[in-house]
Amino acid sequence: MLGIVLRGEGFEPFFVEDGDKAMAVFRECKPDLVLLDIMLPGTDGIEVCRQIRAESGVPIVMLTARADTLDVVVGLESGADDYVMKPFKSKELVARVRARLRRKDDAAPELLTIGEVTIDVAGHTITREGEVIALTPLEFDLLVALARKPARVFTREMLLEQVWGYRHAADTRLVNVHVQRLRAKVERDPEKPQVVVTVRGVGYKAGPP
Amino acid sequence: MMPGRAYRRALERRRRSLQLRVVATTLVVSAAVVAVVGLLVASQIRDSVLSGKVDDSLNQAARTLSDFDTSVGKPSTTPLGLDNQLYRAVVSANNTGGGKYFVALTGTGNTVTRLIPPPSVDFPATVGASLQAAVSSKSTERAWQYAKIVYKGDRPGSQSGLVIAQPAAVTDATSPGATGEYRLYVIFPLGHEAQTLSLVQNTLLLGGIGLILLFAGIAWLVARQIIQPVRHTARIAEMLAAGRLQERLAVRGTDELAKLGLSFNKMADSLQRQIRELEDLSRVQRRFVSDVSHELRTPLTTVRMAADVLHAARGDFPPAVSRSAELLQHELDRFEALLVDLLEISRHDARAAVLEADSVDVGDLVRSVVDRSRSHSERTRCALELEVPDEPVYAEVDARRVQRIVRNLINNALEHGEGQPVRVTVAASEDAVAVLVRDLGVGLRPGESTLVFNRFWRADAARARSSGGTGLGLAIALEDARLHGGWLQAWGETGRGANFRLTLPRVAGEALRSSPLPLEPEETEPESPDLNGKATSHQPARPALLPVTVRGIGQPRPSDPTTPSSEVLRG
Repeated sequence: MLGIVLRGEGFEPFFVEDGDKAMAVFRECKPDLVLLDIMLPGTDGIEVCRQIRAESGVPIVMLTARADTLDVVVGLESGADDYVMKPFKSKELVARVRARLRRKDDAAPELLTIGEVTIDVAGHTITREGEVIALTPLEFDLLVALARKPARVFTREMLLEQVWGYRHAADTRLVNVHVQRLRAKVERDPEKPQVVVTVRGVGYKAGPP
Repeated sequence: MMPGRAYRRALERRRRSLQLRVVATTLVVSAAVVAVVGLLVASQIRDSVLSGKVDDSLNQAARTLSDFDTSVGKPSTTPLGLDNQLYRAVVSANNTGGGKYFVALTGTGNTVTRLIPPPSVDFPATVGASLQAAVSSKSTERAWQYAKIVYKGDRPGSQSGLVIAQPAAVTDATSPGATGEYRLYVIFPLGHEAQTLSLVQNTLLLGGIGLILLFAGIAWLVARQIIQPVRHTARIAEMLAAGRLQERLAVRGTDELAKLGLSFNKMADSLQRQIRELEDLSRVQRRFVSDVSHELRTPLTTVRMAADVLHAARGDFPPAVSRSAELLQHELDRFEALLVDLLEISRHDARAAVLEADSVDVGDLVRSVVDRSRSHSERTRCALELEVPDEPVYAEVDARRVQRIVRNLINNALEHGEGQPVRVTVAASEDAVAVLVRDLGVGLRPGESTLVFNRFWRADAARARSSGGTGLGLAIALEDARLHGGWLQAWGETGRGANFRLTLPRVAGEALRSSPLPLEPEETEPESPDLNGKATSHQPARPALLPVTVRGIGQPRPSDPTTPSSEVLRG
C-alpha cells in the first residue's frame, strides 16, 4: 500500500522486510530518504537507524505506532530526523517526505559564524578552526536557521515550522533531541553550550559570533 | 529554625509518651506510698523517743520536788533561805543522774521568784500561758507540756524542751513574808532527742527519695522493654508505608511481643504479595495497551492509505461507490480519533500517564488553541471570544495535555453553543491559573454537571451532531487535569448555557485552594434566549454510531437515562 501511494507521488521505493538485510539494501540502492518502521523483524528499527547514521547523513523518517513512549525519543536520539505516527494519512506522509527531501539548492554563497563555528551555506560545510564537522542535512538546516538571525530567540514551534516544515505545532521533543545532537557535534562542552544557547522558558538562539 | 526544632522536640516527647507516662505514674504512686509510710514511721519513732524522755523527766522532776522541802527555816533543819532550799533540791536531784535542767519558782502571779541556774532562760516566753493557767487552776495537780525554750542574754536562741509544773505551798519561818503558794517549774531541754529525731527524719527522707527514684528507674526499664519492640514495629511499619515492602521484623522468643511480630510480618507478606500482583497487572495492562496500539495501528495505516487512494480517485467511480469512499474516509477519521482517545484513557487508567511539566505561558497556549479552532467555530457559526491577561501567565504544566484539555473544552462548547458566542477567559492568581470556557447554548440539567465527565455519556440520544467527538474528550480532559493536580469543573443551567472551568496550580505538585475565576456566571449576565424551548442538554460531542460499537467490546455502559432506541449512520 505504501508502495502504491509513494509511486503515485512519483517516488521510487525499495522495500526491505527484515532489519538484518536493511544495511545491505541501503548500500546497494543509495536512497535519498529512508522510511523506517521501528518494529522490524530481525534487527530493530532503532539499531538500523544507528547503523545508517554511522555511515550516512541521509534523511531518516521513522514510522511509529507509539508516539508518547520512549520509542520516539530513542529513535530521534539514534539519528532519525522526523517521525510519523501510525496511522498516518498518505498526504501527511508524503508531505513529511517532501519536506525532508526539499534542499535549498539555490543558496547564495554565504558565510555565517556562531562562536568558533563557521558555516558555509552554499558549500554545506561547517568548520571549527579549519576542522570540518560532519552534520546531517537536518542538523545543518537547524544551525543555519539559528545563525541567520543571531539576535533572535526561536521558540521550539518556530523551529519546527522553519526547519521541519510543520505548519502546526507538533512534538517539540523533535527540537529538543536534535538540539542535543547538534550540540554534541558543534560544542566543545555540550554541558556549557556556546553555539546553541537555551533561553529558559522560551526556546533557543545562536550564541554570539 | 527554632519552630522546627521545638516541633521536633514535641514530636520526640510524643514519641516517648508511653514510657514517660509509666514513669510519671510510678513516681506519683510510689511517692504517695513512701510519704505515708515515712510519716507513720517517723511519728512512731518520735513518740517512743519522747515518751521515754518524758518519763525520765517526770521522775526527775518528782525527785526534785520531793527533795524540795517546802518548810523553810524549820527548827529541825539548818535554817536556810528559800533559795538555798531550792538549790539544794536541784543539786541533790542532779546528783542522782539525769540530764541538765532548769528549775523556776514563781509566785501565784507568775512572776519569777527564783530561777536556777540563773538567768539565761526567758521564762515567760518559754512557759506558755496555757500551762501556767493549768497549774493555777488545778492547784494540786502536776502538769507538763512540750515547749520551746527561749534563751536570752549572751547566747540567744531556742531549743525544744519539756516543762513540768507543780504547785507548792511554802512556809518560811525565817521570812514570814515569803510563806505562801508558789509554782515550781522544771524545764528539761530536749536537744539530744531533737537531734536524734532530726537524724531519723533525714534518714527516712533520704531513704524515701531513694526508694522513689529506684521505683521510677525500674518502671523506666520495664516500660522500655515493652516499648522498644513496639517502637521497632512502628519503624518497620513506616518503612513499609514508604514502599520498602521487603522490610520485616526480627522475631525472637515466643512471648506476646514475638506474636505481635509474627502477625505483623504475616500482614506485610500479604500486603507485599497483593501489591506485587497489582503491579504485575498494571504492567500487563500497560503492555497490552501498547501492543494493541501497535497491532491496531499498523493495519489501520494500510486501510487509511487505501482509503486515501480511493478517496482521491472517487471522481472516477459510479456515485454509489464514490459515496462509499467518502463515508469510508470520514469514519476512518473518527475511528482514528477514537483509537487515540481510548489508548489515552487506558493509559490514565493504568497510571502510565506521565506529566512532562515545563514552564509555559498559559495565555499564549490558550490563544494558539483558540486560533486553531477558528475553522471549527466558523462551521458551527459560534463566535469565539478570547480574554487573556496582558502579561504572560507562566505555569508549570504539560503543554500537550493542557492544549488537549482546552481544545476539548472549546470543541465541546462550540458543539453545544447553539450559534451563540463562546467565550474563553484566562485568569491567574498568585498560585493558580484558570481557563473558563463559557457557552450560551442549551446548558445542563441539574445533576448533569458531573455526568458530563463520564465516558461516552450522552443526555439525549436523538441529538445528532455534525462533528464527531469521541465521547471521551471530557473524560480525558478530567484525567489530564487530575494529573496536574488541578480541577476541571462544570456548571450549567437549562437555557443559560454551560461553563467549564480548568484550574491548575502554577507550581507543579502544589495543592490548589481556590480558583481565580468563578465557576458560575454572575446573575446580572443577560440570559441567552432559549430559542427552541426544548430541554435538550449539554453533552460531550460524539458521533451517534460509536457508543454501540464500543460497548460491544466491553466498555462499561454509561448511566444513560435516555437509552438510544436506534443509532443512525450518518455521512
